[in-house]
Amino acid sequence: MNLPRVSIQTADFNLADEVERLRANDARVGAVCSFVGTVRDRNDGATVNSLELEHYPGMTEKAIDSMVDEALARFDIYGARIIHRVGVLQPLDQIVLVAVTSAHRGESFRACEFLMDYLKTHAPFWKKEQTLDGARWVDARVADDVAMERWGIPSAS
Amino acid sequence: MLLTVRYFASIREALGFGIEPVTTQAPDLAALRDELIQRGVPYADALARGKTIRMALNQLMCNESARLSEGAEVAFFPPVTGG
Repeated sequence: MNLPRVSIQTADFNLADEVERLRANDARVGAVCSFVGTVRDRNDGATVNSLELEHYPGMTEKAIDSMVDEALARFDIYGARIIHRVGVLQPLDQIVLVAVTSAHRGESFRACEFLMDYLKTHAPFWKKEQTLDGARWVDARVADDVAMERWGIPSAS
Repeated sequence: MLLTVRYFASIREALGFGIEPVTTQAPDLAALRDELIQRGVPYADALARGKTIRMALNQLMCNESARLSEGAEVAFFPPVTGG
């Protein structure tokens, strides 16, 4: 089986299906850690009606794929799966999935958080919110850069 | 040399397009950015020196000192906000 590690797609995803594929009947796996990011209906004091995600086709896939390589080098994990949706999303929709398998939980937890921090600060996606006051681009958060720097990777290269 | 220059998100919107060919002698990204700013509005605002702008060269994040070469793909974009 040669499953894609990274998918950028408009379609929704099913967490259980993705985890089952990632585990792939591999009995070495003793831990699966997954993170799902979802669309909130409020941000920075405004009601969000919808969210549009833009990305840099080609670079996005390459950037995230190299993040997975980095995670495989840093942590004792067996595999990782990342899905990021693009296009127009509504509150409650799923945006992003990061799932990791390993023998023991610690490595999966750390790799999952590392990948999410990395993706937040280095993958070329941009969010635009539709609010009651009109459309606005979401600003990058300093907290995300700080989270990334914990792993020894500078926030802005 | 001939480059392909791409713009994303708020920068793309400010310019009104997301991709253009650019012929330049700029040795690096800093010089290219300055050259584009000198074209005046809307570039001067969209790429203004006071703004935090991220860059990519051939689809890899880089800084302004990255050297340009014939046929390169360059991108200017705001700090990323995915996830």
